[in-house]
Amino acid sequence: MWTFLGSECMFFGSLIATFLVYRNQSTTGPFPDEIIDVPITTVSTFVLLMSSLAMVLALNAVQRNQANLGRFWILMTALLGTIFLGFQAFEFNEFFNEGLTPRVNLFGTTFFVLTGFHGAHVTVGVIWLLVMAGVITPKGLSAWTLLGAVLGAYAILVGILGLLDVIRNLSDVGAVIFIAAGAVVMVAAGLKHFSIPTKLNVASQAGNLEVTALYWHFVDIVWIVIFTVVYLVSANDSIETSEAIISGLHGGG
Amino acid sequence: MAEEAVISKFPNPFPRPKTNRGWISWVMTVDHKRIGTMYGITAFVFFLVGGIEALIMRLQLARADSDLVSPEVFNQLFTMHGTTMIFLVVMPIGAAFFNWMIPLMIGARDVAFPRLNAFSYWLFLSGGLFINLSFAFNAAPNAGWFGYANLTEVPYSLGDNTTFWLIGLQLLGVASLAAAFNFIITIINLRAPGMSFMKMPVFIWMSLIVQILLVLAFPVITVALIELQFDRLYGTNFFNPVAGGEPVFWQHMFWLFGHPEVYILILPAMGIVSEVLPTFSRKPLYGYPFVVMAGASIAFMGFFVWSHHMFTVGLGPAANAAFALSTMAIAIPTGVKIFNWIGTVWGGQVRLQTPMLFSLAFVALFIVGGLSGIAHASPPTDAQQQDTYFIVAHFHYVLFGGSMFGLFAGVYYWWPKFTGKRLGETLGKWHFWLMFIGMNITFFPMHWVGLDGMPRRIFTYPADSGWETINSWSTIGAFIIALSILLFIVNYFRTWRREPTYEADPWDGRTLEWSIPSPVPVYNFKEIPTVEYLDDWWAQKYPESVNAEPRERSPGQPAPAGAEDMLPLNGQDVSSYGASSYGDDEDHGIHLPDKSYYPLIAAVGFAFFGGSLMSAWWLTLIAGFIMMFGIMGWIFEPVNDPPPEEENPGGHPEGYSAEAGH
Ligand SMILES: [Cu+2]
Repeated sequence: MWTFLGSECMFFGSLIATFLVYRNQSTTGPFPDEIIDVPITTVSTFVLLMSSLAMVLALNAVQRNQANLGRFWILMTALLGTIFLGFQAFEFNEFFNEGLTPRVNLFGTTFFVLTGFHGAHVTVGVIWLLVMAGVITPKGLSAWTLLGAVLGAYAILVGILGLLDVIRNLSDVGAVIFIAAGAVVMVAAGLKHFSIPTKLNVASQAGNLEVTALYWHFVDIVWIVIFTVVYLVSANDSIETSEAIISGLHGGG
Repeated sequence: MAEEAVISKFPNPFPRPKTNRGWISWVMTVDHKRIGTMYGITAFVFFLVGGIEALIMRLQLARADSDLVSPEVFNQLFTMHGTTMIFLVVMPIGAAFFNWMIPLMIGARDVAFPRLNAFSYWLFLSGGLFINLSFAFNAAPNAGWFGYANLTEVPYSLGDNTTFWLIGLQLLGVASLAAAFNFIITIINLRAPGMSFMKMPVFIWMSLIVQILLVLAFPVITVALIELQFDRLYGTNFFNPVAGGEPVFWQHMFWLFGHPEVYILILPAMGIVSEVLPTFSRKPLYGYPFVVMAGASIAFMGFFVWSHHMFTVGLGPAANAAFALSTMAIAIPTGVKIFNWIGTVWGGQVRLQTPMLFSLAFVALFIVGGLSGIAHASPPTDAQQQDTYFIVAHFHYVLFGGSMFGLFAGVYYWWPKFTGKRLGETLGKWHFWLMFIGMNITFFPMHWVGLDGMPRRIFTYPADSGWETINSWSTIGAFIIALSILLFIVNYFRTWRREPTYEADPWDGRTLEWSIPSPVPVYNFKEIPTVEYLDDWWAQKYPESVNAEPRERSPGQPAPAGAEDMLPLNGQDVSSYGASSYGDDEDHGIHLPDKSYYPLIAAVGFAFFGGSLMSAWWLTLIAGFIMMFGIMGWIFEPVNDPPPEEENPGGHPEGYSAEAGH
């Protein structure tokens, strides 16, 4: 796993290097200062950081062989990761509306490919977490209740995204129905799920979960670098800085 | 009592077959020896394909103003020749040796992740077939093996040629990365007890370094290819100068991968030679720690020299000077290695058998290639030589005279271990001498014609250029090489028909693989050996060489039988070996990793997924589904089936022979 993460470091290193090399190289707008919204992304960054905390708690619970608690925190991690992805979908959607696409200029190209590949890694992580939650679930009724709770949670998310107009062809009424139905299913299935007594031995899965956790923390750390580079450092790049740098390049030979 | 987790109850639509015979047992195998054999055979077929491409080019260039092939076809030929020889021949032949020899030389029963190993092979095969499939669409890659942007961008490279190239390389890259993770973990975790890092054979050291290079260098090319792919397929601007993109950035990314790549190609051969020279000189490797550290520092410095491929781009005197210095500095550890090899042979009882001949030729030809390399480490000299046949001569001395000679040394050296019989010695010597002479006739004159200004990659040249005689010589040499390869194939078939001799240790070898029978039993080691010395097998046979008392094992005898009182792998964690049951006499109580369909399904799905990006979205969807199905089935398939006593009272059938494929 460590060798895999070393390789991933080079992967994201190259993508971030591309972003930095092409910083202030766009010949047309939109430029970052017209587009980037640091406060909203700060919130989503916080969500992702909290998911790492949940991951730590999950691993801790599984190591102490507490199946229900471990499963709860794993699902919490996956949910926080999904919320982060929701923010990203919202952000991409906003940027599209404001005219920033991967094709329009270099900022768009490098921004969407870098954050998009990170988002893909988060998605893989969420799927992996859901698989791990399934792995430490006894077969039978509790597996079905778990599935119900997860589906309920995702129905709520779909509703929220609909309300935020990220999913456009979902009307507001439909979105509220999604949220309400999802909440009922989730709460009912969740209550039922955690009321089923199990003596499942989950500590044997701690090693596997540790690998999952390594991956998850890695994806988190990469995001902190991306957040710093793309949002904090570059947020004020404007048409003026770009023109200054481009003319400097050509003037200086 | 604890309840069962769902993981073991997941429905498995493709239960493992139990057969150990026929093609199906090869398709689903996870045995490192069979996977190694498949790597070797596949790579050799690609070697013939790439060789035929080279011969057509040499025929075209034999005469001035020739019109045997069109310029378009010539572009496809040199691009595919380079891509094939690097990614489909030298790297996978290296992988064949890693697969076969790493577990045998470190005293393990398999690699750390046998199914991942199968996945790597199938993805490599799919990627190789995918790139060559482009010939069927008359769209073979045609932009050179380093695919310079923005010549590879849409307005300048229409058609699917370059798309085939970049998606194919992505697939091969993932295959190499998966294999690299596997081998690193194998070498670090599965070494026999007592084998500390400084007691590992040099080949294992070089393998480890190559895998680390792969892990660090391939992501860079992957990102570059992704960026190019997005530019070509989705209209992004990474290398589009109109939008501010910089084509030179592609060159930086490519060579940041590309220079470590040349060490990925040469270090396995260096490792093989470092095993062959001591064996055939009956002396230990001269200065073992220096050879190891030289290899490591070559690899490390290899990341800081990439711009020597770009001296003529115009990066400025400061950058050129820095990269010239770092490039010349690499000559120091390389020179250390050459001195150590010469020191190994010096004063030894040299036996000039075929593996030794190839190894000595490796050293000689590599020196020639290294010296011409130093020549263009100097930017002013390079300005004259850039993109001429001098460069072609240089890297063929290193990659053909170096890598291929080293790999052939390994083929002749370990063939008895693979099959239980040596390759014919007379034909082997004919093969060697023809290849050696042909290689020098082909490539040495290229130095002259290159210095005279003949550019590489031109499909023809005018008669008054004065290049015709030299080019005819090169063509004659190329056909001598082809003849030598033909002799190797004849040798292969003649050896195949002979009865095995079952010599366990035909060369009086030094390392652990010679302590077990030939051909290697499916479980490799009946008992995992305990290592005390560097070249431990030699120390066991000749205890006086290390001033030690003879050990229990008598000299020249294979490791003692003793399955009866065998402990579970010296008390190590056995789960990583896939060993789940002991005491079953059919397999000497050694339960090996079970076969699986899923690596094949996942790899084919992955390749299909990559290829489908060129066509309709619904194909991508189907391919994605196949890939996910393969991966999920893989995850939920138990690592090992229940012990055979429960399902298969007869135990494992016999005939699990490693030489079944020859
Ligand atoms: Cu180089």
